[in-house]
Amino acid sequence: MRDVTICLLLLLPGLALAQHQFDPHDAEAGATRFMNVCASCHGPDGNQVPGIDLGHGRFVHATSDQQLVDIIIHGISGGGMPANKMTESQAYMIVAYLHFLAESGSKNTSTGDAARGKVVFEGKGGCLACHRVMGRGSRLGPDLSEIGSLRRSVDLETSILNPDAAVAASNRFVRVVTNTGATITGRLLNQDTFGVALIDPQENLRSFDKSDLREFTFLDHSPMPSFRGKLTDENLSDLVSYLTTLRGAN
Amino acid sequence: MRTHALLFVMLAGCMQAQVTYERLLHAAEEPQNWLTYSGSYLSQRHSALTQITPANVKNLELQWMSQARSLSTFEATPLVVNGIMYTVQAPNDVVALDAATGRMFWIYRYTPSADARPCCGRVNRGLAILGDTLYMGTIDAHLLAIDAKNGHVLWNVRPAGASPASGYAYTHAPLVIKDKVIMGVAGGEYGIQGFIAAFDAGTGKEVWRFNTVPHPGEPGNETWGGKSWEQGGASVWVTGSYDSDTNQTYWGIGNPGPDWNGDPRPGDNLYSCSVVALDADTGKLKWHYQFSPHNEYDYDAVQIPVLVEMEWQGRPRKLMIWANRNGFYYVLDRATGQFLLGKPFVQVNWANGFDERGRPMQVAGKAPTKEGTLIMPGNQGGTNYYSSSYSPHTGLFYIPTWENTASLYVKAEQEFTEGEQYSGGGPRGPVGPIGGRGLPYFGKENEGFGAVRAIDAKTGEKKWDFKMTQVTEAGILTTASDVLFSGGRDGYVFALDARNGALLWRASVGGPVQSSPITYMVGGRQYVAINAGSSTLVYALRQ
Repeated sequence: MRDVTICLLLLLPGLALAQHQFDPHDAEAGATRFMNVCASCHGPDGNQVPGIDLGHGRFVHATSDQQLVDIIIHGISGGGMPANKMTESQAYMIVAYLHFLAESGSKNTSTGDAARGKVVFEGKGGCLACHRVMGRGSRLGPDLSEIGSLRRSVDLETSILNPDAAVAASNRFVRVVTNTGATITGRLLNQDTFGVALIDPQENLRSFDKSDLREFTFLDHSPMPSFRGKLTDENLSDLVSYLTTLRGAN
Repeated sequence: MRTHALLFVMLAGCMQAQVTYERLLHAAEEPQNWLTYSGSYLSQRHSALTQITPANVKNLELQWMSQARSLSTFEATPLVVNGIMYTVQAPNDVVALDAATGRMFWIYRYTPSADARPCCGRVNRGLAILGDTLYMGTIDAHLLAIDAKNGHVLWNVRPAGASPASGYAYTHAPLVIKDKVIMGVAGGEYGIQGFIAAFDAGTGKEVWRFNTVPHPGEPGNETWGGKSWEQGGASVWVTGSYDSDTNQTYWGIGNPGPDWNGDPRPGDNLYSCSVVALDADTGKLKWHYQFSPHNEYDYDAVQIPVLVEMEWQGRPRKLMIWANRNGFYYVLDRATGQFLLGKPFVQVNWANGFDERGRPMQVAGKAPTKEGTLIMPGNQGGTNYYSSSYSPHTGLFYIPTWENTASLYVKAEQEFTEGEQYSGGGPRGPVGPIGGRGLPYFGKENEGFGAVRAIDAKTGEKKWDFKMTQVTEAGILTTASDVLFSGGRDGYVFALDARNGALLWRASVGGPVQSSPITYMVGGRQYVAINAGSSTLVYALRQ
């Protein structure tokens, strides 16, 4: 169980939800209720159902706390979400916990200067060669336009210094070799029993039948270079601070 | 005289249209129809039809498809009777279709109570038929009798004590035996008091009830410490089987409650995670075998009991074969319940064998903790509710398999509140990506994969695998011509050579397959029907 005693909540800028006033104890009680009622389907971090990330305020049906409460209590007709027999106040405790998850996931502990960090990002760091932010840069690597609401600053720093430390499954790179001998490396976009889809370094969307491939392998290492020793401590702190400001168009 | 002869012919025609118990008993002998959930009381999901062969299956093409207004994923197996298909659009709308064209005859739309709270999807797995009456359980725990000619409801009952607001539901296809309709209640995640009941097919009146969590005074209640039986769960959500020779009906029972914390329920917790053999006339327990005593891994034993006759240690024997969610393959004597074989069919780390009575020997320390314990197979098990298939022709048992899966099992304290999920913690994971079902997938093989796995039914030895990138929730059908049909989460249906697993045909259907295929014949033409997403697709050989 996460430690939910730290002060959290209230009006969190990262959530695109109409907000509701919560007591910290609500979130603590909500954590227990979430684990017992919700986690078996949604997972302990709320991201186990594809397309839904409760811990980062990503919902399919709800745009307000009240709608979340209604869904928790009444379920989603025609969807997989069942109704739950609980009071509104109990459902609000779960919503309070979701706010806590969102806050803890995007907490910025970096002390750098975000404006200077942007300069590092676009200049010395060369990050736009692979990453994209708000429509600028390459589509080959992960789009970082919302990274500040998805990752903590400590995790961002770790990824910059050690890109292999934690690679999300959706950011994996693969290499395919066709039966005719062509080798293509790119970021995996999708795969199934019979096919592979990827984006190549020229940002072409490529689709292959596995029967046309002699090799399909996941790369052991991220193509992103480590910036350990390449950035000053100040550069690094500034860069992390800049990344934590990236929270999407809204 | 001539008038009498004509009348006789007309009556004979009417009688033929009636699905009598005798026809259900011999369903395998009329493979042009699909009369029960698993195709016959033996539940082998194996058809005698041979028009589609390994040589010509590549010429299959789509004949028709039926798209539902519902967005819930179809898990229903259709019935086909004399050219008419009856199926359920999730959650509980019943349709009658021309099985050759897909043309709709009628639709019956059912609105479940707002109190309905099935734990894991608003789903239904199908219908049963007797005479001209269809039977369906609903997600708000009603059992309906429906006129197969016009879709009108004949009766509608809810068994005593099965309140949907308390978590009771029906999700499986009923099993009709003689003049009774047999159903078990779902709701194992809500701490229900599970039971199987038989209802009079003509009136809906409850005839007998077997408590899957024994009440005080009933044998087995002593396996629940204190009053824990009151929230014992032990639900039923997949259809059972029937052996007319012994008049025993067999049912797989689900997890105890709470799922992941066994502390509040000391004891073996009968009859959770068990198979029970009941007298079909009285509901009295004939024998039971518990696959997973005092289970804390959510290993429901809700797989289809597959009944086979095969040589065992030199003599023909009536057996039950079972690939369990707990990762083991079992052979039992179906007359007595005697344990004959238990062998892992996927990677297992929670047990390392069986004692002489067939009780699994649990590995020390493999229990949920507050920090989490890694258990294989993962929470969804080595297989689950998806129908397996047995081919008497190949002697192979075909299992929809999840391999290389694991979960971190975390337990938590929880007070029981009626109508609220009573889980006592939960799994973390499965380890590795989970996804698909219409969304991109990025997983590696060592993070878990799906397969059609063929094992020797006598030994449990693996013969071949057809690997899928993702895990699978699709059932399996085999035919006497050695063709195997199945599908997967990544949106394909396919045909394999049942002898060696070679891929013979595939089609992209654009949605997950979470049901089990069937085959039937109309006008001398063999069809294969399978659901994907919220659509039914029907294939036949190109003409």
